[in-house]
Amino acid sequence: MHFVIIGNGIAGVTAAITARRLAADARITLVAAESVHHYSRPALMYLYLGHLRYADVKPYEDWFWMENRLELVHALATGVDTAARTVQLATGADLSYDHLLLATGSVGRFADWPGQQLHGVQGFYGLPDVASMARDTQSIRHAVVVGGGLIGVELAEMLHSRGIHVTWLVRESRYWQSVLPPEESALLEAHIRRQGIDFRTNTELRELAGDAQGRVRAVVTSTGQELPAEWVGLATGVQPNLVLAHAAGLATDRGILVNELLETSAPGVYAAGDCAQHRQPPPGEVAVEQLWYTGRMQGETVAHTICGQPTPYRRGQWFNSAKFFTLEYQTYGRVPAELPADTASFCWQHPNGRHLLRLNFQLAGHAVTGVNALGLRQRQDVWERWLHAQTPIGTVVAQLAAANFDAEFTRQHEPAIRREFTRQFPAIPLAGAPRRRGLFGAWAG
Amino acid sequence: MQDFSDASLALVQPPAAATQPGEKPALGAVALGLLALLVAAADADVARARLSLGLALLLLSGGALAWAWLAFGRSAPGWHPHDLWRQASTSRGTVAWATGVAFTGFYVVLYWCPWLLTNLIRALDPFSQSLRHRAADQWFLYGTFYTLAVLVLGGRALWKYRFSRYHLARTASVMFFQLGFGFLLPGLLLALQQPEYYFTYFWPLKYDYLFPGTVAQLLHGGGLGAFMVFWGVVMSFLATPVLTYFFGKRWYCAWVCGCGGLAETAGDAYRHLSDKSRQAWRWEVRLLYPILGLIILLTALLWLGASGTVPALGVVTGPLGQFYGFAIGSVFSGVIGVGFYPLMGSRVWCRFGCPMAAYLGLLQKHFSRFRISTNGGQCISCGNCSNACEMGIDVKQYAQRGEPIVRAACVGCGLCATACPRGVLNLENGPQTGRLASSAFVHADSLRIL
Repeated sequence: MHFVIIGNGIAGVTAAITARRLAADARITLVAAESVHHYSRPALMYLYLGHLRYADVKPYEDWFWMENRLELVHALATGVDTAARTVQLATGADLSYDHLLLATGSVGRFADWPGQQLHGVQGFYGLPDVASMARDTQSIRHAVVVGGGLIGVELAEMLHSRGIHVTWLVRESRYWQSVLPPEESALLEAHIRRQGIDFRTNTELRELAGDAQGRVRAVVTSTGQELPAEWVGLATGVQPNLVLAHAAGLATDRGILVNELLETSAPGVYAAGDCAQHRQPPPGEVAVEQLWYTGRMQGETVAHTICGQPTPYRRGQWFNSAKFFTLEYQTYGRVPAELPADTASFCWQHPNGRHLLRLNFQLAGHAVTGVNALGLRQRQDVWERWLHAQTPIGTVVAQLAAANFDAEFTRQHEPAIRREFTRQFPAIPLAGAPRRRGLFGAWAG
Repeated sequence: MQDFSDASLALVQPPAAATQPGEKPALGAVALGLLALLVAAADADVARARLSLGLALLLLSGGALAWAWLAFGRSAPGWHPHDLWRQASTSRGTVAWATGVAFTGFYVVLYWCPWLLTNLIRALDPFSQSLRHRAADQWFLYGTFYTLAVLVLGGRALWKYRFSRYHLARTASVMFFQLGFGFLLPGLLLALQQPEYYFTYFWPLKYDYLFPGTVAQLLHGGGLGAFMVFWGVVMSFLATPVLTYFFGKRWYCAWVCGCGGLAETAGDAYRHLSDKSRQAWRWEVRLLYPILGLIILLTALLWLGASGTVPALGVVTGPLGQFYGFAIGSVFSGVIGVGFYPLMGSRVWCRFGCPMAAYLGLLQKHFSRFRISTNGGQCISCGNCSNACEMGIDVKQYAQRGEPIVRAACVGCGLCATACPRGVLNLENGPQTGRLASSAFVHADSLRIL
């Protein structure tokens, strides 16, 4: 069996590794254009910051691929003949496959602003982007970041580390409005401004102005202002990379359409990761999942199907994490930006503005449905257990310390959280004795 | 200084940032301090040398602390090793090599050409007299510099890691143990005509404390000497397994040991230089455990010889003891151990040579409640944890597979957990059952990683 994977990101690589585990004798080939070896895309900012070298952001040492008989082909795949089951490479060579996985990831999504083609204007997704950013931010004094989400905050932090003045334009009225509830947005906006970032909401990019050399020199905003900008980072989202899928004639919408088994419209061809779009996502779920974690899970799932164990994709509880300058964020379950009608929300914040905990729970029955944590490390396995068991909020708040994953001796906030909960929801009793933090406390009685 | 395996990634280096105001005077003070030290070493006039030495230590300490205040006060508290792999001093550049040569050179002179340090030693006589009621020698000079380094660079670490109570506690602990038990108390014991005993060092690290010769000497010294022997035996064979069971080997390596104390303070700037490759781990295992075997053998043979049951063992134990004392005790532990900080990281001795580390490590791996828990499926394989690890553990290999880290080498410094940007790692003591179990959120490939 020859299993060919296009794309060496987390989805493709996890599929390869899982397939090697399940099918010891299969021939497995990873084809990728961006780099020879798999690397951690979330780690790109650390290359720019100088925290890590390129070798450090590779999840596996280079011997790993050969020793596990995972063939690497560094080439661009330009076409697929789904009938003959072959992949065409830009080098002119052909690869035949029994099963093909498209894990082609994303490309940046831009709104075609006037001046977008100027030198010094770019998105931030892959290795070429971090290289051009390093080159084009040399000795500049002003930069502009456009787009209020996770890439935007990374760009702001990167630029800030070089002493570059950053103006950050966000179209919405608050930071990451599509994902975060208002209190979280407010806390993060204050945090971002404390770092010295000129953060502007309700401000869109209108056009980019260049100098005589074709390099960006300023941006014009929707409020009519002209801001100096020697480099502009466009962090306005990503969309599935469909170039190869179109060449192969696969059914696409925003992404490559796949069923539960991650099969595409062509037999023997699958898609996973950023580039895949679920035809029928379960209620409340997104059709295109653009996280490192979901890529990993989809890759693992599709490898099972390919190796003869058909496995529908069941992601389980949603989870994600990020870091905003010095503030860590974790979320488990569902915490939508707008509170649903049947859900109540308990939000606690520390006066110093560096810790926040939000618990959403059902009005009927009080089952906890999701948690947002800022500046508080939380144990995933405890939250999974609580969410799966639909544990009532009174129990969760009482036993909150069991989910505490902060380092030893870190100040604990659970007593303050309990007091605040009782103040906000006096009718809901705290059930059960307070749990101790740590592994001794985590084993549920 | 970037490491590329793909031609596509050649990140343009930013120009060196302008020196922040205040840094120049601080570094200037350090430079003047070094000059004053040289002057003191060269000056045969004892009174002048004393003045120079005092001034040198003041300038070095004050300058270093002022520089740390500025360097870590500028940005928000947290782990921000900006330009870590671009600055020459922290990425094996010219400055690092020069520093390494200077450190190594100092150790060589200290051990084998101490007469070159005569003026400095004489300059410390008053201090030695008041503490120990005797003249200074090269080892007192060494102890003074060592303790000062731990205290001053400990101050730097306290400020740098002020956001973490774990690091504050750990740093304060090593400073306390080095100053109290690694310097003042042994000096005081000498003043009281007692053996110069280091209560925080025991066999097999300070191996001679359980050699028959030293034991006999101590037992002859009355009640206190007998207590010292008792202490040594209890620490090596009772306290060590018990404490390691509850806390892992970090109780010693990152909280008490003087070598560890220097590594965590003076070596803090170099922790990322440890080699995380599988090849380095293979060398670690090849060197570390045979050295433990060697000191156990030597100790056993010495006792066998002392008991009289096997005659003429001195033929073996003599040369073996000398070899061990020279190669392991002096060269590996001292010269290479500290001299190579700026090139191979702060824990070369601990990782590749220390028999105490080997012993503690075996206990930690097979018989302890300590682990570094990983948080389910949250790892993004960024590599910050492995980068921060001073013992050369590729922490991310475990985190990205949802497995806890239970490695003999881990000294529990906690920097991996601090460096992790997603809250994936946490040093913990917990029930031993299921300690190695991996998370249900990531299915570890059963493929070889080592």
